[in-house]
Amino acid sequence: MKARVTVTLKTGILDPQGKAIEGALRSLGIEGIASVRQGKVFEVEVETTDRTRAQGLLEQACDKLLANTVVENYRVELI
Amino acid sequence: MKAAVILFPGSNREGDAARAIRQVSGRAPAIVWHAEHGLPSGTDLVVLPGGFSYGDYLRCGAIAGRAAIMDAVRAHAARGGYVLGICNGFQILCEAGLLPGVLMRNSKMHFVCRMQHLRVERNDTAFTNAYARYQVIKVAIAHGEGNYTADDETYARLEGEGRVAFRYCDAQGHIGASNPNGSASDIAGIYSEKLNVLGLMPHPENLIDPLVGGTDGRGMFESLVAHLELAPA
Repeated sequence: MKARVTVTLKTGILDPQGKAIEGALRSLGIEGIASVRQGKVFEVEVETTDRTRAQGLLEQACDKLLANTVVENYRVELI
Repeated sequence: MKAAVILFPGSNREGDAARAIRQVSGRAPAIVWHAEHGLPSGTDLVVLPGGFSYGDYLRCGAIAGRAAIMDAVRAHAARGGYVLGICNGFQILCEAGLLPGVLMRNSKMHFVCRMQHLRVERNDTAFTNAYARYQVIKVAIAHGEGNYTADDETYARLEGEGRVAFRYCDAQGHIGASNPNGSASDIAGIYSEKLNVLGLMPHPENLIDPLVGGTDGRGMFESLVAHLELAPA
């Protein structure tokens, strides 16, 4: 089964990379973008076909390694 | 003082840390590979050196923080053994859960590599007894991710328990006057609850010889030697 894990910075955490991208978009003349926050996407293949188990497994992966929950949130999507 | 310097793939300041320890204590540290499961017996001090462990993949220190040797380092710290994390070592300590918070990208996005003044916040610890309280020292900094960040509760605890070890300051010791990375409250280094684990972004190990710009970093190693010879861990 395929899954997608998205890790993003929590609200209120300064994201200088997002800010720099925001500025670059503005300088390219792309208008109407209010703000940019940069995150990470992990495309994962899990061995199990059991959705509950896959969800549990990926949440464990996020808590233990993929996200630093001090400053990041994560979202698991089974595809 | 029996010291061990942990070597991760991508560490690059292990030689500097080992040289500082050897010059000050007269005894070369063991260099321990990250895939080992144990520390040499009788280790008093573990040093996690600077560098770019695992190429800073995922997050700085994230993968090194979960290396096999870190279980032994955690056990060493739990026994009251001393652990010093410098630069990437500080990032690793945070990722390993040995220190709270996290080091984020410098607020101005630049990698900063220069000399920097620090104020020694307290001198009653194993790491700082050779300094005076509020002494201003000049050491090197070289990092892109040194912006210390934690939640409000953690900040309150660190301040309340006197666990801020060093703050960035100017040459006169003014806090708020020289912050290289956006770190909250000018925090440059913090202690664990029992004051036996210290993580800091600056590099005291590079300031031990007048030939390379000063000796203000020697005090940290002299402190450890003095402390461990008086009361071995």
